[in-house]
Amino acid sequence: MTQELCLRTIAELAPQVEAGAISALELTDACLEQITRREADLNAFIVVDGDGARATASRADNEIAIGRYRGPLHGIPISVKDMIAVTGLPTTAASRIRPTTPAQHDATIVANLRAAGAVVLGKCNLHEFAFGTTGEDSAFGPTRNPHDTSRSPGGSSGGSAATVAAGMSYGSVGTDTGGSIRIPSAACGVVGLKPGFGELSCGGVVPLSRSLDHVGPLARSVVDAWLLYRVMGGKNPTLPLEFTTRKELRLGLPRRHFMDHLDPQVRGQFNDALDRLVDAGVTISDVDVPHAGEIAAVYLHIVLPEAMTYHSKTLNSRPEDYTPGVRLRLEMGRYILAEDYLRAQHGREILRREVTEALTDHDALVLPTLAIPAPPFGIESVTVDGLTDSVRNLTLRLTQVFNLTGHPAISIPVGNTATALPCGLQLVGHANQTVDLLTVARYVEETIR
Amino acid sequence: MRIEAWAQAITADAKLRGLFQLIPLLNGLVQATQTLRLADWNESADQDDQENVIAAKGSD
Repeated sequence: MTQELCLRTIAELAPQVEAGAISALELTDACLEQITRREADLNAFIVVDGDGARATASRADNEIAIGRYRGPLHGIPISVKDMIAVTGLPTTAASRIRPTTPAQHDATIVANLRAAGAVVLGKCNLHEFAFGTTGEDSAFGPTRNPHDTSRSPGGSSGGSAATVAAGMSYGSVGTDTGGSIRIPSAACGVVGLKPGFGELSCGGVVPLSRSLDHVGPLARSVVDAWLLYRVMGGKNPTLPLEFTTRKELRLGLPRRHFMDHLDPQVRGQFNDALDRLVDAGVTISDVDVPHAGEIAAVYLHIVLPEAMTYHSKTLNSRPEDYTPGVRLRLEMGRYILAEDYLRAQHGREILRREVTEALTDHDALVLPTLAIPAPPFGIESVTVDGLTDSVRNLTLRLTQVFNLTGHPAISIPVGNTATALPCGLQLVGHANQTVDLLTVARYVEETIR
Repeated sequence: MRIEAWAQAITADAKLRGLFQLIPLLNGLVQATQTLRLADWNESADQDDQENVIAAKGSD
């Protein structure tokens, strides 16, 4: 019963919490029991604050009992990536570099979630300083994928995705600088939203690359992601949500580059989903991002120097305290010339225009999230459709451009491989139209289910 | 800075600092920088400003 309870959605549970049919403490205890069952295998949390969560849940129950219901997140247990400040807990960024003293203030998005009554269960493991897509480099050891513990959960928000997928929290908060919410969401079979650039405050979040950093929710459904997103932005959503009915939905498919090198099973699941959408009356037409071949070069010349700048002092004074892989990538940032950083910024603007142009006459772009299923630990490279590339490059291949351009993007589950590894479908919305994107995503989620 | 001189300088610096595992990553970085510099959207003083060309087309 407890395991079934902890795998339900926020949208299902919130009305029951409001009605007093189920208590916040029951939900919190269900998650804590699930953490006891799964955490030894998954290593998804850096710290679990069981006592703090139970105390917050009890206060929520008392408030609800006297008619002070705050909204759909009141009494809902969530987890937070350990890049994001939560008062009273250290913000480790999964690194030995960070101070061990507790944060004095909540990050803005956490403060908003707490004001809405959410219960913070603990802080999630991640790839050190969010600078990687597998979770293998963490001072606290790697998080493992709930669907196959010999594989990565994706990253960098791998702990967040694992907690949601395994029923250890009802939602989570992650960061996304090149795909770090969407990649683990796809690898773990959950929904992950990267809102438009600058929509949600990064105040109180350890930076990776300030012009690429985004924060956003991971959840079990599009509606749950919508609820978390609105609350993180300081809004107060109410249920049931009023979604615009989608008619004559038009999706653009950027085939060149984005469909060139896909694992056959990922391609199969994606194409099956497209067939179901077409059967439902959705129009899908090919679009192009002419300079897609330069995305990785543009991204690299921005993320490396921006990351290195933040770490320059500690790279000099305590290099051995970084995990070796993250240290080496940070060191690369020292060597980028100003002229190349500026070239990359120019290329970024070109890509922004091209993605905007591709969206013209379409409600959203549709493409896979992750070119490969969750990779096994310990491998450096993968060959897909004749392309041999590093795991890092392949995992970032379909997501990083939307960090460069700032368009909102969401990953939703799209079925599993023959070995039960989840695949993800990515939808990309118009600039500053995240709510419209969520409306499209909800329709697609229901249609391909 | 010309790319060949830059590539030599960064590789030498990595060796000097004992960061031999960085060298394969720097080789990849050099390839990415070549891609970046060869992109057709780069501006050049001996060509019309692409921004102005786009603006002129838009005002037709």
